[in-house]
Amino acid sequence: MFSEYCNPHSKKLESKYGRGMTSHFAAPSCENAKVEVLDAKTKELLCFLDKVDPHSTIGDIKSLFYKSYPQWYPARQALRLESKGKSLRDDEILQNLPVGTTATMYFKDLGPQLGWTTVFFAEYIGALLTYLLFFFRVPYIYSHTYAFTSSPHPVVTLACVCHTFHYMKRLMETIFVHRFSHGTMPLRTIIKNCAYYWGFSAWLAYYINHPLYTPPSYGELQIKYALITFAMCEMGNLSIHMSLSNLNRFRVRRCPMPTKNPFTWLFFFVSCPNYTYEVGAWMSFTVMTQVLPVAIYTLFGFIQMTIWAKGKHRAYIREFKDYPSVRMAIIPLIL
Amino acid sequence: MSAAAQGTSKAAHSDVGPKKKKGPGALATAYLVIYNVVMTAGWLVIAVGLVRAYLARGSYHGLYYSIEKPLKFFQTGALLEILHCAVGIVPSSVVLTGFQVMSRVFLTWAVTHSIREVQSEDSVLLFVTAWTVTEIIRYSFYTFSLLNHLPYLIKWARYTFFIVLYPMGVSGELLTIYAALPYVQKTGLYSVTLPNKYNFSFDYYSFLILVMISYIPLFPQLYFHMIRQRKKVLGHTEDYSKVE
Repeated sequence: MFSEYCNPHSKKLESKYGRGMTSHFAAPSCENAKVEVLDAKTKELLCFLDKVDPHSTIGDIKSLFYKSYPQWYPARQALRLESKGKSLRDDEILQNLPVGTTATMYFKDLGPQLGWTTVFFAEYIGALLTYLLFFFRVPYIYSHTYAFTSSPHPVVTLACVCHTFHYMKRLMETIFVHRFSHGTMPLRTIIKNCAYYWGFSAWLAYYINHPLYTPPSYGELQIKYALITFAMCEMGNLSIHMSLSNLNRFRVRRCPMPTKNPFTWLFFFVSCPNYTYEVGAWMSFTVMTQVLPVAIYTLFGFIQMTIWAKGKHRAYIREFKDYPSVRMAIIPLIL
Repeated sequence: MSAAAQGTSKAAHSDVGPKKKKGPGALATAYLVIYNVVMTAGWLVIAVGLVRAYLARGSYHGLYYSIEKPLKFFQTGALLEILHCAVGIVPSSVVLTGFQVMSRVFLTWAVTHSIREVQSEDSVLLFVTAWTVTEIIRYSFYTFSLLNHLPYLIKWARYTFFIVLYPMGVSGELLTIYAALPYVQKTGLYSVTLPNKYNFSFDYYSFLILVMISYIPLFPQLYFHMIRQRKKVLGHTEDYSKVE
């Protein structure tokens, strides 16, 4: 019954609009607001919501819209006040918006969305398993004489353990530690991210597990020290993630500070020590394996994380008064 | 954005047209005018060099050698355009400009210069001619735009010649890379094999094949983008409803 008022292909809609339509979903309220939702591209009227509580949020409006268009769940809706303007946040309240008694909003479909947990899972499991394909020398990767053989070098096994541990740790953190602020990510992004993670994992695994792999120039010494710094950076990264998670436990934004854990003392010097430790871990892995593609991957990661760290750093400075001025974004005293 | 004119051939730059919102300052404009005039002159030198060499020899063969030096100089000089975008005096995407200039520089140095046997191929003349005509038009277009005196003829040429020049250039480039393949495979040019200390390998032969394959998705996109731009820029009033 309701669908006839909100069917995008219904021409009846235009003529009925003038006579006013009612929605049966609005919450009872004395002063009612009206919301009309137009398609951002075609400007066609998609939905008219009558008797909307002015205290409802954009999230509520999205839920109402979803009822008439079940293919567009709230996470894939973008509602804006101008057809090409910024998308409204879910927590904005209708009556606080610069609209009249009838609010006109423009709808854009953001495409299929996936939860952050799903995204991270796909990225990390893919990277982890791809590496293992090379470690076990699955046929058709290397010459067939080497299929299912193992490398004579202990460092190759060690590298596999480290790499697997790194991604297992990330998976555990995704399940138990991280609190995600945004609900979802578009499908295209997950495909792009997976290509990046899986692709690089394959590329560096190819060389580490290659039959013609050459172990590090300084032998045992190089491997041992790199392993120590790798372990410390992983611990450091985990400490920071846990500390940030505790900080945001009550969804109130608090300034990240060093705690009793010595690994968190890096907060004295940088805003994003988790990225610092991450770069450190990959640099250690590079030295441990002495493989150029790993160095290249580390460099790419460093560039991306620096961009993120600088953004967060600026956000922290804006948000918290008296933000420690000695802190840099990612590298103490330098960057 | 509606008047942002896009490039010809492989260079789709966004323009410093007369409808710019916040253009470069006076000093930057003067510099850009000089830059574009110099580039126009340079490519004219190459054009004249080609014609003279053809008249002198009486054949199309081996004309590359007569313009090798100015070609390298002026095509490499185009790297400055990446800097222009990065600094902000030209409102183009650094990534897009970078990609296009690098692809030209790649063909000039990493293919044509590096592999002598390829230099006498006719395909080289094909892309050099396409580039020359394109660049003369493109740089004069920028010059006139910066001076706010753009003759319609130049605008028309920029948005029309590409229809022939772009496929011509792409064909020349692909045929040249294809001609280079056997020599690269034989000599192992720019290739690194295992085992080595840094556990890295690179096969230039495979890389060139990948480059050739990449033309398949990229060329149609750029070409049809240019065609759409042409409709926008040269299109008449009956088309204006399609603009934004």
